[in-house]
Amino acid sequence: MPPAILSFPKSAPRPLAEDAVRLTGATKGFGQKTLFEGLALTIRRGEFVALLGASGSGKTTLLRVLLGLDSLDAGSGEVTAPRAAVFQEPRLVPSQRVWRNVLMGVPRARQSRRLALDALSEVGLGASADAWPVTLSGGEAQRVALARALVLEPALLLLDEPFAALDALTRLKMQDLVRRLCDRHTPGTLLVTHDVDEAVRLADRVLVLRDRRITLDATVGEAREGSTPAGARLRAQLYSELGVDTFVPGAADHAPHAPGGAQA
Amino acid sequence: MTIDSLAAPSAVPLASSGWIALRPAARSAGSSGRFRGADATRLLLPVGLLLLWQGACSFGYIGPRTLESPLTVARTLVELTVSGVLWESLVASFNRAFAGFVIGGGLGLLLGIIAGLSRAGERAYDALLQMLRMVPFLAVIPLFVIWFGVDEEPKILLIALACIFPVYLNTFSGVRNVDPKLIEAATVFGMSRTAIATQIVAPMALPSIMVGVRYAMGVALLSLVAAEQVNATSGIGYLALNPRASLRTDIILGVVLLYSVLGLLVDLLLRTAQGYLLPWHRTVIEKAR
Repeated sequence: MPPAILSFPKSAPRPLAEDAVRLTGATKGFGQKTLFEGLALTIRRGEFVALLGASGSGKTTLLRVLLGLDSLDAGSGEVTAPRAAVFQEPRLVPSQRVWRNVLMGVPRARQSRRLALDALSEVGLGASADAWPVTLSGGEAQRVALARALVLEPALLLLDEPFAALDALTRLKMQDLVRRLCDRHTPGTLLVTHDVDEAVRLADRVLVLRDRRITLDATVGEAREGSTPAGARLRAQLYSELGVDTFVPGAADHAPHAPGGAQA
Repeated sequence: MTIDSLAAPSAVPLASSGWIALRPAARSAGSSGRFRGADATRLLLPVGLLLLWQGACSFGYIGPRTLESPLTVARTLVELTVSGVLWESLVASFNRAFAGFVIGGGLGLLLGIIAGLSRAGERAYDALLQMLRMVPFLAVIPLFVIWFGVDEEPKILLIALACIFPVYLNTFSGVRNVDPKLIEAATVFGMSRTAIATQIVAPMALPSIMVGVRYAMGVALLSLVAAEQVNATSGIGYLALNPRASLRTDIILGVVLLYSVLGLLVDLLLRTAQGYLLPWHRTVIEKAR
């Protein structure tokens, strides 16, 4: 088996002018179970890619590989630096005030309260700079985590189901915020999720990881709106790809989606 | 049942159908008033027992050889205070307890941090410490006398020995129980191992370490009694156990009372310290509100 190479440039010169991630022949498994095999993935700078997959499909492992937390069994690739991540949990340090948490990834020489405050006001939390993390709500804590990632001006932003633990209304607001900030900062973004609507709502490109490979790679484009035929078609396709065949919201004209899931 | 039940004072059976009365809770005179009431209830039993005890002694049901009356105990404590014996004993005991606590607690802290941070450290001595922990420290008093003589050393070292384990165990588990996801995030964000250890692991382990310190301070006080059996001429353990006092139940009871006060003081000290050392902790923030 060829040695697994995934290089992580440490300093400023960015070798990938266009691409944030380049992965070829990537293979990874645990024990007897292979999660993905010979996988190829390219994410361009400024591109928002959503990776869909059922639980246990290996999508989070792929993200961990890109973060350098797991290594590949085979294959090679490159990711740009700086990288930053937002996880499902905020993962803030409880013993540090909010603004200190924001500076977690900033080199000591560049750390300043000003920098943290700017990042916090970008996520609408300028007033909470001196709060302790335990006093924040789930949505606020997650926004701090977002500020902590964006303050690094990442070339690659990795999002591991960052909205999963939020309530429905907070989730929508947070999704809009993430999309807006990604448009402004233009990192290459990989969002790992199992939520089809979320993926289509946010991403430029949606991938499905299933049976150890990427089985679908669709550009969202016109299909973002669920009410359009293209939107309905893409969603139906994604659900079907994820093995949810019975529920196709608004896809078929002869069976309009009725409240309560009424059947003929 | 009808809508009348909204006005009815009696509780409605769960299973009954119809209207169920929802009433605002009866307002008490304010939280401080309620707390005073709760404290009064709490004091009822101890005060009652005290009165019973005093009564039993005053009316001759219990003789002074068995148990002196609360009033006599109080008088004795005042006498000991006025004569300076109490203060002298406290200072002597405090010096021993403090020295033992610093040595034992410091060692426990150091060993706990090392074992918590490195598997090698854990493998090297965790099993040994777990074994030593089970040795009743009273059993080593004769050994300590043989090794260290009968002066201050065996007393301080006995207290130190007793203090190692609570601090070690709580430090070790405190370091080990730091959320691995937090460490992972810090790694992703490029923090060095040293920075993670000092800026994340140490503060996160501190609440647990404080629990260990609290135990150790209690244990230090308790081991005084045992330590001061060894050729001591001062200290509160000596005061309680010296031959001349052995029949003086008032002195013994006075020292017991002293111990409970010291225990309360240690608790108060650590609660105060917690407010300063753990301002970020949920319990501290909630109390400040």
